[in-house]
Amino acid sequence: MENFEPKIIGFLCNWCSYAGADLAGVGRMQYPSNLRVIRVMCSGRVDPTFVFKALSEGADGVLIAGCHPGDCHYTDGNYNTLKRIPLMLKVLEQFGVEKERVRMEWISAAEGSIFAGVVKEFTETVRKLGPYKRNGLERGGKVG
Amino acid sequence: MAKLNLALYWASSCGGCDVAVLDVNEKILDIAAVADIVLWPVAVDGKYADIEAMEPGTIDVCLFNGAVRNSENEHIAMLLREKSKVMVAFGSCAVSGGIPALANFKERDEVLKRVFMETPSTVNPEGVLPLTRCEVPEGTLSLPEFYKYVHCLDQVVEVDYYVPGCPPTPQRIWDVVQAIVSGNLPPRGATVGATEKSLCDECKRIKQNKKVKRFYRVHEIIPDPERCLLEQGLLCMGPVTRGGCGAQCISANMPCRGCYGPLPGVIDQGAKYISSIGSIMDVQSPEEVESLLETIADPAGTFYRFGMSTALLRGANR
Repeated sequence: MENFEPKIIGFLCNWCSYAGADLAGVGRMQYPSNLRVIRVMCSGRVDPTFVFKALSEGADGVLIAGCHPGDCHYTDGNYNTLKRIPLMLKVLEQFGVEKERVRMEWISAAEGSIFAGVVKEFTETVRKLGPYKRNGLERGGKVG
Repeated sequence: MAKLNLALYWASSCGGCDVAVLDVNEKILDIAAVADIVLWPVAVDGKYADIEAMEPGTIDVCLFNGAVRNSENEHIAMLLREKSKVMVAFGSCAVSGGIPALANFKERDEVLKRVFMETPSTVNPEGVLPLTRCEVPEGTLSLPEFYKYVHCLDQVVEVDYYVPGCPPTPQRIWDVVQAIVSGNLPPRGATVGATEKSLCDECKRIKQNKKVKRFYRVHEIIPDPERCLLEQGLLCMGPVTRGGCGAQCISANMPCRGCYGPLPGVIDQGAKYISSIGSIMDVQSPEEVESLLETIADPAGTFYRFGMSTALLRGANR
């Protein structure tokens, strides 16, 4: 477990958080390379299926980042995120998944340093939790 | 035409699917006219040994209901697969795990402990748990092995057709039987006896603006029989569930429980439902969201009531 490097999937909205990540890059801010970024047009596009699929196929944590409430490019897409993700977290807890593995953040295009900070902190949180898979059994794997 | 050889089997199930077959009423005689029933443990006397003695492919159609929970279920599933030309996963348990697969939220040991030690009706001071083998003076007793995960049928053997439903409705069963008899079968792997559209498509209720301020459990309100149940705060799975059941629950003023399974192209019914519920909640702030979510009792059990074997997340066995 000592050398465990978590894999984290980040769904970043095109208009705010992805631009925030760009700003962190342009500003040469250091943050861990554990995050794999997937750009989505809106955080409201992130279906819980994406998160569950990420976890079931090898991710140890998932970050969903979008515009601050009120700032959505599509007026209210991120309000759907704001309602959907807490419900998803409740379901995850019932599945026995630590809810710290999935994090929802509001990061604007101007908040490059906040983005770098969130990635650093989140990577450490997930590192402490350890790998998501306990026994390496694949979905619908061997009978038993 | 030679008579068809038909087998019906129940694995980990309640027997409701078998009763549903009988619910075709007098048409059961028509089924008997075209088919010899070689195995149907709930209704006719048949022995596993007779099946084992058959040549592969002797059984034309096997309607297999129930999930695969233990080694006996698995053994019979493999046996019937070998002997059957067409294997049908019949009912929600065989298709996607159904109610038995809700046990996948817990680990095997927790399930056994709860069932054999903790339930209020259990007296078991010595903490006796079932063993697969036990030596007694008369010889060796054996029991099937209780697996740690409840599988649906296609996780164990190849399945040709899927007939969802808890149970499949008699009308749809009759449609399936007719399709088999006429040889008019869809491509392998198809879901038979359900539509490609959501239940909402065939639901006759008036649907207006979906904005929910609080959710109710079915015993907490008497819903308006004309209006969409989801709009009234009942967690109706209609938007993410295949139609074809004739909206029986909806007609009885009860919300859809999702037994006909996910729509084509959807890999996780529960996740899709979280997505749709999220967008109809009429709240804005995180605090309001939390208090609204408090009104949903057991979200995971509700959203994955029939689909835990095929859920992306494997519950306690990840």
